Amino acid sequence: MTVYSQPGQPGSVASYLPRYDNWIGGKRVPPVKGKYFDNPTPVTGQTFCEIARGTAEDIELALDAAHQAAPAWGRMSITERANILNKIADRMEANLELLAVVETWDNGKPVRETLAADIPLAIDHFRYFAGVVRGQEGSLSQIDDDTVAYHFHEPLGVVGQIIPWNFPLLMAIWKIAPALAAGNCVVLKPAEQTPASIMWWIDLVGDLLPDGVLNIVNGFGVEAGKPLASSPRIGKIAFTGETTTGRLIMQYASQNLIPVTLELGGKSPNVFFNDVALAKDDFYDKTLEGFTMFALNQGEVCTCPSRALIQSGIYDTFVPDAIARTKAIKQGNPLDTDTMIGAQASNDQLEKILSYFDIGQQEGAKILTGGERVELAGDLKGGFYVAPTIFEGTNDMRVFQEEIFGPVVSITRFDDFDDALKIANDTLYGLGAGVWTRDMNTSYRMGRGIQAGRVWTNCYHAYPAAAAFGGYKGSGIGRENHAMMLDHYQQTKNLLVSYSPKALGFF
Amino acid sequence: MATPLHSRVELTGEAADLLRRLTVMHGPLMFHQSGGCCDGSAPMCYPAGEFITADADVHLGDLRIHDVPNVIPFWMSRAQYQSWKHTHLTVDVVPGRGSGFSVEAPEGVRFLIRSRLMTKDELEAFDL
Repeated sequence: MTVYSQPGQPGSVASYLPRYDNWIGGKRVPPVKGKYFDNPTPVTGQTFCEIARGTAEDIELALDAAHQAAPAWGRMSITERANILNKIADRMEANLELLAVVETWDNGKPVRETLAADIPLAIDHFRYFAGVVRGQEGSLSQIDDDTVAYHFHEPLGVVGQIIPWNFPLLMAIWKIAPALAAGNCVVLKPAEQTPASIMWWIDLVGDLLPDGVLNIVNGFGVEAGKPLASSPRIGKIAFTGETTTGRLIMQYASQNLIPVTLELGGKSPNVFFNDVALAKDDFYDKTLEGFTMFALNQGEVCTCPSRALIQSGIYDTFVPDAIARTKAIKQGNPLDTDTMIGAQASNDQLEKILSYFDIGQQEGAKILTGGERVELAGDLKGGFYVAPTIFEGTNDMRVFQEEIFGPVVSITRFDDFDDALKIANDTLYGLGAGVWTRDMNTSYRMGRGIQAGRVWTNCYHAYPAAAAFGGYKGSGIGRENHAMMLDHYQQTKNLLVSYSPKALGFF
Repeated sequence: MATPLHSRVELTGEAADLLRRLTVMHGPLMFHQSGGCCDGSAPMCYPAGEFITADADVHLGDLRIHDVPNVIPFWMSRAQYQSWKHTHLTVDVVPGRGSGFSVEAPEGVRFLIRSRLMTKDELEAFDL
């Protein structure tokens, strides 16, 4: 067991500066209007640094820098670009523990997750895209004996990216790594709830990138996000968040005729068939862990398995086992490596979760465990903590239909395969899903039947860079991870070449 | 039949005060109720017309505030409304730091929806 000191306190492995400017053209640049906003840590609720409150003027400066850098970065040999991405990964790996602590301090998630998942995955993401971009080839088609169609990948130029607050570094790097690998320059707007760890990160690795290739402007959505998303100077906009902002960003993109990728969340079903309980063996234990994955990252995951569908034959025994597993979740200081669940990322997030406890119970859903705010002792008292919660009810209830984005799972029973598939697909969203069974035919048919971009089969919440991630239905447009992500950041140039000296004879 | 006595959505006093100030800063306003991840389920407040509503949306009602010349329409996507329609909504405000492009976020507060089940009378009034 390790308990890390709070950043800025004696003995801490990492500290934040008292104030962060924007990062534009390879250096710290104060916001044009000179304003800053306070950034609290969800761990204690106390402010720990000031962040630049960027506006349209800062976005323009960032776009200037990005456009200046784009021609050279796009022409740079892929080997050189990939080498830079690998160097970023190496530097992050050498500072993994520090990055994990600063990420936990900014977001509130337990350090054991940032140590084991967020930061290692982010490092691997750079290495993966450094690898696949070098392996990427254009193509040629021999149309006839005299004519050849060549296809080249070209960068889009300058792209905009708006990042969510649930995995501040990992979600940023999911977008940054493929964009840079493909030869684009980036203007990035972090979430205002978690604006600090990315600034700590760019201070760490910023010297490895040519000036202007990656620019970071902090600020509020309406003041900095909108000028970026609606700018005619970007070739693409990528956003992770919710549906209304997703639609608004698409409206702006339509006005500039640029592509968008959107990741807008889900209400992911986690389906448990009778046969998981055929034996109380390792697999059953793994299944119960799979159920409890709703509490990972305090439930602040777009793919949170927030609906558990449990087959009738095991319902009465599985549910008590699942409750016991949930009650065993250790909540506490996010900087303690034994802590399994930390703080919600913000006060409004906490309030929203509590409002769902209210409407859920009004609709008749029964709380089997949790259902309340948790007040921790000492200086954690002001933090935003919620008890892992299990609701029991029916799929038409709002707690089954809306993404609460907290450590909350709504459970219901199903009778057979068709019933499970019907309930699983009775949702506006289709981002993730889980299927748990010992029968490979059931798992295959269920996995193909669920309308979601990713169906974890006998596992959950694994995010390897080589597996495509993205949504069906209301969950968005496009994919992240996987080599196919490069397509979202590239144009296709076709050279259609005639090697015949003869006229066609038309004119 | 819905009458002026019935509403699908209303405001707390704190939310009305905030909207009064935001109207001075941004002009006439509108709400569109969000869904999905991160700041999903939050009501997003925009300058009127900033968000283009369409046949895909339902107009739940107009919020009227003393001293505010324009009503503030409240919209939700038709698909989402199907699972929300049996609940009555109240726009409240809490300290926080919202994402999205909602105009209140720089003020250090966030609009929040509080819900209750509609009464039998309300359900009948809205043909539900």
